[in-house]
Amino acid sequence: MKHLAEYRDPETARRLAAEIGRIVTRPWAIMEVCGGQTHSIIRNGIDQLLPDEPGRRVEMIHGPGCPVCVTPLETIDKALAIAARPEVIFCSFGDMLRVPGSKENLFQVKGGGGDVRVVYSPLDAVKLAQRCPEREVVFLAIGFETTAPANAMAVKLAKEQGLTNFTMLVSHVLVPPAIEAIMRSPGHRVNAFLAAGHVCSVMGTWQYPPLAARFGVPIVVTGFEPLDLLEGIRRAVVQLEEGRAEVENAYSRVVSERGNEAAQRVIAEVFAPTDRAWRGIGTIPASGWRLSDAYRAFDAEQRFGVAGITAIESPLCKSGAVLQGTLKPDQCPAFGKECTPRTPLGATMVSSEGACAAYYNFRHG
Amino acid sequence: MADFAHFSCPTSLRDYPHVILGHGGGGALSRDLIEGVFLPAFSNPLLDRLGDSTVLDMAGDLAGGGRLALSTDSYVVRPLFFPGGSIGELAVNGTVNDLAMSGAIPKVLTCGFILEEGLPIADLARVVERMAAAARKAGVRIVTGDTKVVERGHGDGVYINTSGLGVVPPEVMVGREPPRPGDAVLCSGTIGDHGMAIMSVREGLEFDAPIESDSAPLHGLVAAMLAACRDIRMLRDPTRGGVATSLNEMAAVGNVGIEIDEHAVPVNPHVAAACEILGLDPLLVANEGKLLAIVPAAAADRVLAALRAHEHGRQAVMLGRVVAEHPRLVVMKTRVGGTRVLPMPIGEQLPRIC
Repeated sequence: MKHLAEYRDPETARRLAAEIGRIVTRPWAIMEVCGGQTHSIIRNGIDQLLPDEPGRRVEMIHGPGCPVCVTPLETIDKALAIAARPEVIFCSFGDMLRVPGSKENLFQVKGGGGDVRVVYSPLDAVKLAQRCPEREVVFLAIGFETTAPANAMAVKLAKEQGLTNFTMLVSHVLVPPAIEAIMRSPGHRVNAFLAAGHVCSVMGTWQYPPLAARFGVPIVVTGFEPLDLLEGIRRAVVQLEEGRAEVENAYSRVVSERGNEAAQRVIAEVFAPTDRAWRGIGTIPASGWRLSDAYRAFDAEQRFGVAGITAIESPLCKSGAVLQGTLKPDQCPAFGKECTPRTPLGATMVSSEGACAAYYNFRHG
Repeated sequence: MADFAHFSCPTSLRDYPHVILGHGGGGALSRDLIEGVFLPAFSNPLLDRLGDSTVLDMAGDLAGGGRLALSTDSYVVRPLFFPGGSIGELAVNGTVNDLAMSGAIPKVLTCGFILEEGLPIADLARVVERMAAAARKAGVRIVTGDTKVVERGHGDGVYINTSGLGVVPPEVMVGREPPRPGDAVLCSGTIGDHGMAIMSVREGLEFDAPIESDSAPLHGLVAAMLAACRDIRMLRDPTRGGVATSLNEMAAVGNVGIEIDEHAVPVNPHVAAACEILGLDPLLVANEGKLLAIVPAAAADRVLAALRAHEHGRQAVMLGRVVAEHPRLVVMKTRVGGTRVLPMPIGEQLPRIC
């Protein structure tokens, strides 16, 4: 914990916040892409340390980087259909269990007799498949580039071990296409991005300079601790004030330009790019990964015949606008009324990383 | 530490190394279980009569205005044994602590066992022995009980229900005055130890951090606090839902705001590290040997000193204060100088995906 305390030092935080306050001359809107960063900003109250005067402020916009939030409704419905089957042990990361599908969530399927289990690594699901050869073990593989290496490795191991009772329901999403979609969306207000440090630890930073150049937008690779975030924000503001639009790495203790090449090789072997629907946003071209043709045998959608399931989202839920930064969570008409963490309309109210849940939990009242 | 001083070998149960349905049938097998496992561990004159009910003479305890406190709780923890304790200690200390939060001195417990067919009798004997040791340590007697057996697959080995009866001394009244702005909010020690001890031995989690459950009886600690200050406004033991849940309950019941300082929150470094890995908040993790107290500002130092002088309160701290602003809401000043609302969690805390 010694090395964490260093990145939470109150004195340094005050100094960084004061410096940001000193250099800002105009209103700027900075989007943190990653849900983990949103969580840390709200949890630590970092946005309250930023300048907030008429004509001279830094506003944080909470981007679409919570994997739980952007997983499309139809993926959840497919998960529910598979999890309810008696032969299936359905494995998921914990925070997917409360995400509402069209009718219910995984907790309710579990309550109704489905064998739904929380795992902490996809490799645990592979072990379970080894131990229970008479059952079908299915892992819900969602997430950004961060969770992809472990998920890819799990499928690769399952293939090497000749497991025939292990499959994955894959709904992976990617950061760079999302940044591009936001910059192309009419009415967006983003002046700069904090890129997600953990995504870049896997993929490197090389994907971002073309985006910064094409859209004239500074992109600062940023970590998750209070000082990481303040430093990322400071560097973005310096670029904006100086009229630069470059890629900077403010998380160099973890992120290199080339990233984790071993992880990238496994991902490239197991996954292939695909168009992906984002909950509340719609389909973004080439914004996700599916299992590659060599690994099609491990595709749960095919195994259980759920590829045809489609779903319609609640018209009251404005999570798409929230995820794109055109609406603050508490500006949504349903916020705190029809939609609360107990009765979420959209996934942004479900996940602890979701912008709406973060607002509701840490701000209401 | 296991204490086998009162343990006798369950010889008559040798033919049945596992619990079978007949052990709950009320016949000879039930009798074997009582005489071979329960009585040797729990023996006391009231229990040993084995009546359908136990008659208590409490005239002495209640003389001069003493009052009875009554509480019940059920224990369903998995695994049954974990670092620093077992379901046996929890079943005693949990109910003892519920009584202690009213300022009561726990006297007797009842004990209902629901056993799953197939449970090794040796495991049951270990649970029972640890319950007996915890009861001796807490100074309570188990005076009546019941056993049922459910079919294999219908339970997690052992479920235990205990009800407890305690006596609140005549001069003691926790909550005589409601909390008011300026009052101090105290916490008796590090938080999250029990919940993370359980997590550390659950399936799928293989970090070997030396985290032990804090399960402990707290009525001695409460008595020491009451000796230092008669006017304790509120006491809570933050079990399920953790400190955040209890603080929210205190704010709601007292109709006051509570403000706490993040840097004051005591967390064992191993617990903090385990929580970091899993994306959990120690403020939401269960405790089994800690308490939260609201006391008048003028008595805060005195009560804190009394806490720290007691074996179960050595790391006690002042977490924050009762405030006039934001009634019914708990607000935390963050380490870096921001603020955030500390919400009441909805259900179980779920490990985050990344």
